[in-house]
Amino acid sequence: MKNEMVTFDRDPNSYKHWELLIENNRATIFLDVAEKEGIRPGYELKLNSYDLGVDIELYDIIQRIRFEQPQVKVVVITSKQEKNFSAGANIYMLGMSEHSWKVNFCKFTNETRNGFEDSSNSGSLKFIAAVNGICAGGGYEVALACDEILLIDDRSSTVSLPEVPLLGVLPGTGGLTRLTDKRKVRKDLADIFCTNADGVRGKKALDWNLVDHIAPPSKFDSLIDERVSFLENKVKLRNGSIGITLNNIRRTITEEKINYETISCILNKEIRVAEIRIHGPKENEIITINKLEEKGSEFWVLKFVRELDDLILMLRANELETGVLTIRSEGSSTVLQKLTNLLDENKDNWLVNEIIGFMRRTFSRLDVSSRTIFTIVDNNSCFAGFLSELLFCADRTYMINNALLNENKSGPFISLSKLNFKSLEMVNGQTRLQTRFNNDDIKLSKLHDLCDKNLNAEEAFDHELITVIPDDLDWNDEIRLSIEERASFSPDALTGLEANLRFPGKESCETKIFGRLSAWQNWIFNRPNASSDEGALKLFGSGSKAKFDNKRV
Amino acid sequence: MSNLNYQEKIPNNIDLSNDLSLQRALEHWQPKFKTWWNDMGPDGFQSYDVYLRTAVSVDAAGWASYGKVKMPEYRWGIFLADQVKDKKIHFGDNIGKPVWQQVPGDYRSVLRRLIVTQGDTEPASVEQQRMLGKTCPSLFDLRNLFQVNVEEGRHLWAMVYLLHAYFGRDGREEAESLLERNSGDQDNPRILGTFNEPISDWVSFFMFTYFTDRDGKYQLKSLAESSFDPLARTCQFMLTEEAHHMQVGESGVTRMIERTLEKMKELKTDSIDNIRNAGAIDLVTIQKYINFWFSSSLDLFGSEISTNAATAFANGLKGRPDEFRYNDHSEKNTLFDIEAFENGKIINKKVPMRNAMNEITRQAYVDDCNIGIKRWNRLIKKYGYEEYSLALPSTKFRRNIGIWANLPISPKGEFINKELYNKKLASWLPSENDKKFISSLMIQELNPGKTASWIAKPRRGINNQEIDFDYVDLN
Repeated sequence: MKNEMVTFDRDPNSYKHWELLIENNRATIFLDVAEKEGIRPGYELKLNSYDLGVDIELYDIIQRIRFEQPQVKVVVITSKQEKNFSAGANIYMLGMSEHSWKVNFCKFTNETRNGFEDSSNSGSLKFIAAVNGICAGGGYEVALACDEILLIDDRSSTVSLPEVPLLGVLPGTGGLTRLTDKRKVRKDLADIFCTNADGVRGKKALDWNLVDHIAPPSKFDSLIDERVSFLENKVKLRNGSIGITLNNIRRTITEEKINYETISCILNKEIRVAEIRIHGPKENEIITINKLEEKGSEFWVLKFVRELDDLILMLRANELETGVLTIRSEGSSTVLQKLTNLLDENKDNWLVNEIIGFMRRTFSRLDVSSRTIFTIVDNNSCFAGFLSELLFCADRTYMINNALLNENKSGPFISLSKLNFKSLEMVNGQTRLQTRFNNDDIKLSKLHDLCDKNLNAEEAFDHELITVIPDDLDWNDEIRLSIEERASFSPDALTGLEANLRFPGKESCETKIFGRLSAWQNWIFNRPNASSDEGALKLFGSGSKAKFDNKRV
Repeated sequence: MSNLNYQEKIPNNIDLSNDLSLQRALEHWQPKFKTWWNDMGPDGFQSYDVYLRTAVSVDAAGWASYGKVKMPEYRWGIFLADQVKDKKIHFGDNIGKPVWQQVPGDYRSVLRRLIVTQGDTEPASVEQQRMLGKTCPSLFDLRNLFQVNVEEGRHLWAMVYLLHAYFGRDGREEAESLLERNSGDQDNPRILGTFNEPISDWVSFFMFTYFTDRDGKYQLKSLAESSFDPLARTCQFMLTEEAHHMQVGESGVTRMIERTLEKMKELKTDSIDNIRNAGAIDLVTIQKYINFWFSSSLDLFGSEISTNAATAFANGLKGRPDEFRYNDHSEKNTLFDIEAFENGKIINKKVPMRNAMNEITRQAYVDDCNIGIKRWNRLIKKYGYEEYSLALPSTKFRRNIGIWANLPISPKGEFINKELYNKKLASWLPSENDKKFISSLMIQELNPGKTASWIAKPRRGINNQEIDFDYVDLN
């Protein structure tokens, strides 16, 4: 039976699992998971445990707070359920899900969590986890992604990562890495913490730096107030007064196509390629900064990012066999350059800051998508301004070389923009150009001088911005051969290869999380000790003990 | 404390005199326990001699040794039922293997949690009942209250012993936390909700000892089956004392009903007002108290379908009460018929037996509760009021945990619409008016042999003493 298609856009009036309360500079979101409203049938979401559906709503809520409530500076995440913050990811859901579902779920979940940190680091929202009850596994991982963790000290509420002792898997969606790298919990204490299913409460949790503050129930609300006041002073760019409304995404889906207003995507299932084509902005999309709020989510750049974000998520969740994404564009480079400069010159504007942040996170989604990405610069393309960043997200870039036809007089051209050098950092904390050129500062400063200059295929190739520049007569065949060759390789080997090559050099907390999620967690998920009929993950809840193959590998 | 005669000070059958590490742990804990008892134990009467039973050994002669003692000087002891040689695990996945004399590493935290949760209820009930001395209906009842209190204290000691002896430093920390949490304290509440409600009148006290202590009995019966032998033996011995607490509850309710029936017969009336004016409690109100305490005690058994219960059974940590009564002790692939509520309908479905252990225990508990109900109805019949009878409400009524949580279900077990339910709920439970009336009856009676208006005299005294014996020596 084919599973129903997963969609990621949500109507704020129909949240099932969260409640939102806005009070001045603070947004409090209450987790209250509806047990019987799992996104797929077959399990109940008890004890505020979550599945992809709960996470999709969380993503939507945070996104709407960013854009629709610009006065909000601090988001407080807490639970509506008495004595229970969250039991983490639903184990029955994990136990019955196919591997790809688990991976997609963990990846999306972690991207949302990275988004908290991304906002916090870029002048946008700060996050507080107000842990008002038992907080286990993924529940604690959400808290770890926040700026501060406040734990109610009622002598029974604990934080815990019980994955190893209870489930035979890892707290791998950021838990382990954030524990040691972000919170600097000593490794031996982390070892005890991660092997004790009961968790740690109150003062010990504070002593071990598992949480930032504790307070008894009678003082917990005033602790939250105090921390909100503290954090809101650290927020630099939430200075708007009127938010914009995120209109519904206008999307049509058929068996072969997913179409948006700025992007169309043809699903070529025979050769397992998703052909993405970006329809660049027209002249009339150029606006001045004071018109930006009025234009709201119809502003071309924001609309494009929202649509791209949605498309990536739809492809990842629903088109599992699509192996290659090709990205093409068409339109005016000049208009893109102007729109990009508008963003670059107004980075202190709260809305611009949010749009750039959203763009940064969306491009980062591409980096961690386990699909081959080829960006293809053909005639009439417009990889200029911020759109040129898609040249560097790709595993390879192809650009048609019309030198023999007309000396490249009529293009196509690409051009760099200032945003390529700042603001669109990858999850490793560096720009794609820094990553591409291993932080070669001389090279990077030369490239910076080329901003907004049109570069034809040969120039772009000479500057090492393009991988291959086939001649016009060879063009179609070269592209076809590359895709066909790619489709013949092992999908697993490609996933590993691409994940390695996309993140050379320096690591960050986030790259470690994604790397370990893809490697360690997925390895353990797939091993019989977790997922065979006698594995710990499968047997959880039955009462029976897992039978382990005790050989260490 | 190092030169103390431990056997004299702390009666025990665990060879405390030779166990240095246990001595050290207890030396640290005992002063805190004393402070707790003085601060949170019975309010007043601490300096009076009370006629109490003390366990000095586990044999028939030793478990009930009577004498007058001041409560703070009560000798709280540590006793385990006698060890059975070559005892084998008798349920779950490890049937036939020797029982554990030490905690297996893989079950350490689960066992600790079970013991802490059980241990937390013991001092909690002492705290809940601490003001009742001020309104006791007789010296006999006052003494019974204190007997229950000191024995709950001893049960706390029993759990603390296990924590100290088998769980290392974590166990010692948990033992201290048992004294730091307090019933109804907003910042440090007791673990289970029911144990944070104050017991402010004696009707509630009798109901609590009948219904809620009986939950304790069933929890202890499950733990008495445990493959962790020291836990099993500790709980086996606790059960003898727990039986007395339920006896206090059952006879208390019986005497209340008896007084009501006497008044009804004497005044030839069944009007609530007339009965109340005569200083007795009408049967309708007694039924409401039954509805309240039975339904709140049911939640203590946990969800009908529970993974924790399955794990505890499969691993041999917690059995079914009277496990010997069942044929299959593994229940690996067996199923249990359960009523559930799905898509707005009550349906019957089968669930794995192991996941249904809470429900199985709950059903045994309900049967046990019904025994008293039958006796009370027999009494009512004896007085000729056949049209009256008391009954347990449906197990679906007023639940906060499990399948039936927060559903609008009447005491008869019928689904009704939410508005009607909310409207009628007050008529099924003690109303503010009822509570005011009950509270008006709660007048302290300290004359030996005298008993408050709302409750009949006891049939016989404690340990063959006269009924008018001064069970609490007020001089």
